[in-house]
Amino acid sequence: MSKRVIATALVALAPVLSSCGLLGGPDLVVYNAQHEELMTEIVPLFEEETGLEVELRNGKDLELANQLVAEGDQSPADVFLTENSPAMSIVDNAGLFTAVSEDALANIPDDYVPSSQNWTGILARSTVVMYNTGSSSAAEMPESILDFADPEWEGRVGFSPTGHDFQAIVSAVLEAEGEEATRDWLEGLAANGTVLDNNLVVMQAVNEGEVEAGIAYHYYWYRDQQEAGDNSDNVQLHFFDGQDPGAFISISGAGVLAASDQQENAQRFVEYLTAAEAQQAMADSYALEYPLNPEASISGDTGVKPFDELEPPAIDPATLNGPKVTELMTEAGLL
Amino acid sequence: MAVLALVPLGFVATYAVAIGPAEAWDLVARPRVGMLFWNTVRAAVGCMVLCAVLGVGLAFLVERTDVPAKGLWHGLLVAPLAVPAFVNSYAWVSLDRSWTGYDGVLLVVSLSYFPLVYLPVVASLRGLDPALEEAAWSLGHSRRRTFLTVLLPQLRPALLGGVLLVGLHLLAEFGALQLLRYPTFTTAIYDLYGSTFNGAAANMIAGVLVLCCLLLLLGELRLRGHQRLARVGQGAARTPEPVRLGRARVPVTGLLAGLVALALGVPLVALLHWLRVGSSTEFPVGELLAAAGSTVGLAAGGAVLTTLLALPVAWLAVRHRGRLTTLIERSTYVAHALPGIVVALAFVTVSLQVVPIVYQTTLLLLAAYAVLFLPRAVVSVRAGLEQAPLVLDDVARSLGTGPLATARRVTLPMIAPSLGAGAALVFLAIATELTATLMLSPIGTDTLATSFWSASSDLRYGAAAPYALLLVLISVPATVLLMRRERIAS
Repeated sequence: MSKRVIATALVALAPVLSSCGLLGGPDLVVYNAQHEELMTEIVPLFEEETGLEVELRNGKDLELANQLVAEGDQSPADVFLTENSPAMSIVDNAGLFTAVSEDALANIPDDYVPSSQNWTGILARSTVVMYNTGSSSAAEMPESILDFADPEWEGRVGFSPTGHDFQAIVSAVLEAEGEEATRDWLEGLAANGTVLDNNLVVMQAVNEGEVEAGIAYHYYWYRDQQEAGDNSDNVQLHFFDGQDPGAFISISGAGVLAASDQQENAQRFVEYLTAAEAQQAMADSYALEYPLNPEASISGDTGVKPFDELEPPAIDPATLNGPKVTELMTEAGLL
Repeated sequence: MAVLALVPLGFVATYAVAIGPAEAWDLVARPRVGMLFWNTVRAAVGCMVLCAVLGVGLAFLVERTDVPAKGLWHGLLVAPLAVPAFVNSYAWVSLDRSWTGYDGVLLVVSLSYFPLVYLPVVASLRGLDPALEEAAWSLGHSRRRTFLTVLLPQLRPALLGGVLLVGLHLLAEFGALQLLRYPTFTTAIYDLYGSTFNGAAANMIAGVLVLCCLLLLLGELRLRGHQRLARVGQGAARTPEPVRLGRARVPVTGLLAGLVALALGVPLVALLHWLRVGSSTEFPVGELLAAAGSTVGLAAGGAVLTTLLALPVAWLAVRHRGRLTTLIERSTYVAHALPGIVVALAFVTVSLQVVPIVYQTTLLLLAAYAVLFLPRAVVSVRAGLEQAPLVLDDVARSLGTGPLATARRVTLPMIAPSLGAGAALVFLAIATELTATLMLSPIGTDTLATSFWSASSDLRYGAAAPYALLLVLISVPATVLLMRRERIAS
């Protein structure tokens, strides 16, 4: 009996043991907070071109950033990719990045590289307000994203405070308006707003009239329109202008970890992501985020508002302060 | 093992002490924590009451009335165990988004959890001596009065045990509540972890959650009392006279059918719907098989490891009773009071600081599973050991069999069924575990639960469906094993 138990145990454990990576690991480990779907489209192209094997560990921006900080030198990660830049700052401030290669930096305009040059932007997304076309019109939308804290918006606005997209927007408000104004704004939003789980849920809630307006990024709407419009046919986009913090452009980042023992391959991966070919592939993908390499652009057929028509506030991506944002949001009772 | 089990609790306690009372109080005494507390408590209480009513009512109907096709109903009422609560929630929410909030939690989560009460109550009903009830009738008590004053008190340990499990499950539940958009302590810890990793706020909320769990455990101990309920002497096993439903037979059968339709029909319909609508374009066979493989591997490996670890704990507690052994046994229960997210947080931090080499390995993940689910195995193995007569061991030893041979040839065969049941329970729990797996799994390891989660939280319901279906399918054998055991026990 006991022999059989042990035999069964060994058989059961075999697949587990073999998945421990004893049989040789991948060439590159990427901590990926960019949309999983997009990276599973782009990474195989890189693997095909270079013959390298890339393993993605998927997570969210700050989750992976904080994990990298906790791991320090022990981290198995070679490259870190994010959706937003505050997470990059956390890793950069902990001194865990090594400088991005000149070749990669040459691909991306200086505005989208932090002053430290320890990581680089790869894609961009614009903040928008989604509004329900049945109950609101563009004219009723506020001039500034700060206006959503006014009492007149009570019960009418939805947002996803636990999402890192929203936290990046808050970091822009913090950088542009300072701590006091941000605190007041968050308190107003907490009083006025409906808390929703993520940006897709925000769009659904606006679509179904649960709230009149919602704060999100541009591509959710364009993507849903390209598919079938099930979640967005009653929704239109309002872009803030005049360098309002609500016109903030958030940057997806890529950086190489200093502790990586795969420096050459890691740099090669970041170069690949910033080069015209991959940038155009990402622009042509379902993602509908803006490429940052000037040689690539989103096709006009998609209807996405052209990148050069946006009027974002001027903010150094390196200055966005993630930890302060979560502190302020915890204070306001949003986390 | 006891030390391993205490790592998470020590972690939370150390953290609370380290940040100091003033800051700790600021983080705990704020409106959001109050809201989370109220949400958590009313969901736990509501689901516990609903599951108690459903569990006892259904067990009585199936065991003690002449409702037709009892075997079939019994199987169908245990079957929801094979449908993880978050798959059930996904089904309801994806078909109709209005099933969110408190009402949704009460309905959907109770439909997933009621077998936790139903199973022990059925087992208890089968073990009862009908003579007590017959005595009550002979004294002129009505059926109803007999049920309330004679039967129900005898069911108390099984009922309380089941209800306690429901409460603990709810405190630790993440996936189902997140999908139902109902924030509780566990979902809030997860969100905070995502923003601040090892942040003070997340750890303090974890501390409050631990206190809630300990209160629940204590409450159950107090309510259970020390009443002796075992019958003295085996006597002749008799089948109690079933309650004749008469004209109520048709509506009662209809009620059972309706409940099964809600608990099993809705998830089935949703899965088939999304498989047909959503996955026609994309059906990643390779990824599905890989996820299924790693799920089965982890669940089987974890089940074997946890059951092996449970053996010495139960052995000591039963065969060498004493203060120290009781303490060891009880300390393993402490981790049961912690949700996966807290255990995972503790393991990430402690492993990075103490044994970084095991960080992000399968070994660490299996250790976390063992801590999380050891009590399930201990309870089961212990029950088996209690029923294995020690005298048979003595006889074997007196005939010259060595201690190891005795264990192998006498004791193990006797407790094999309870070992199997313990392993099945752990297998089910690991296969559907989400938060610890998300945090601790080695790079590149996707389980059915985590793949399902990443699709369904992006609202890609169609893409999530095949993972959910496979998850249900691999849970079926363990569920059948548990159901079988109840039959043998009768």
